[in-house]
Amino acid sequence: MSATPPAAAQVAPFVVTDDAITAPLLGLTGDAARGAAVVRNRETANCLICHAIPDPTERFMGDIGPPLAGVGTRLTPGQIRLRLVDPTLLNAAAVMPAYHRVAGFVNVDARHRGQPVLTAQEIEDLVAWLATLKD
Amino acid sequence: MRGRAALLAGLCAATLAGAAEIRPSRDYLSPELRAQQDDPSRHPGWLWVDEGEALWRRGERSCQSCHGDIARMQGVATRYPAVARDGALLNLEGRIERCRTEHQQLPAFGYESDALLSLTAAVALRSRDMPMSVAVDGPAAPFLEAGRRFYETRQGQLNLACGQCHDDNAGRRLRGDVISNGLGTGYPAYRLEWDSMGSLHRRLRACSLGVRATQFPLGSPEYLALELFLADRARGLPVEAPGLRR
Repeated sequence: MSATPPAAAQVAPFVVTDDAITAPLLGLTGDAARGAAVVRNRETANCLICHAIPDPTERFMGDIGPPLAGVGTRLTPGQIRLRLVDPTLLNAAAVMPAYHRVAGFVNVDARHRGQPVLTAQEIEDLVAWLATLKD
Repeated sequence: MRGRAALLAGLCAATLAGAAEIRPSRDYLSPELRAQQDDPSRHPGWLWVDEGEALWRRGERSCQSCHGDIARMQGVATRYPAVARDGALLNLEGRIERCRTEHQQLPAFGYESDALLSLTAAVALRSRDMPMSVAVDGPAAPFLEAGRRFYETRQGQLNLACGQCHDDNAGRRLRGDVISNGLGTGYPAYRLEWDSMGSLHRRLRACSLGVRATQFPLGSPEYLALELFLADRARGLPVEAPGLRR
């Protein structure tokens, strides 16, 4: 029960260079303000179920993944992009979901089948916002 | 000295998070919830237990008329799911439904009905604190393997296998919730989120939904096999049903 061919059209093509996707998906420009909303959206990315962000007004953030404070210093935008698109390209056993992938999944809920968690634009918005987290 | 302190701190962290050791679900509850689980006067699940004990005695051909006092169900829940003579894998709910239809000639209660939850909880209570000990050899072996495969398969749009949370990240937090080792020993359980008693399969459906995977039906072969695998994983650990969960 993996993705059907039309679904692949939902996912932007990309090229991996070392541990990064250097070029923005579909050549889109990310918007950090929109990215700040994506990171808090419980219905889609739900980043805070596993990660903490430097925002004292956010309560009950998870600790499965590393805190995101300073990620913009630790990683380049291209490295962040790869980790959002599909962390299993770096580490096959990664617990973090792939947010812009549809192929190779098993038993996907019919409501989500053939769709990535985040669109190419949302990925770019998130990359833009995460890159601002310098310390 | 400092190195030794760091090592000790590391060891302590390992016992709380990412530990290979499987701990009873009660160990992951807040102290308040754990105390409440142990106190029938503060555990809303006892409403179902009381009803289950009444159902046990009710009717001309009651459970009691064959089995005697419900106290004689001691230890039964530690051995379920189990393979029936006809080769079907039955959990406690399935066993009770079979008794209803085959021996009592009564209509099945239906999965997730209050009556079935009540009777299951009342029977399971007779095994509370006893160690889980399901049979996994002979006819149960293929079911165990199916359950293990299900547990180990990454599923859903979020592409997660059960163990990635319940083995590798037990003790860590998803938002405000502490991840347990994912045992079924507390079910049926009263969940505050449900404001009701519910079955293990209802909880498993919530897990499937959480990773955006296909939700299998209550009582489905997939969840029954998984239930057996979880019961085997919990071997030697205490039955906590009726549990109390967030």
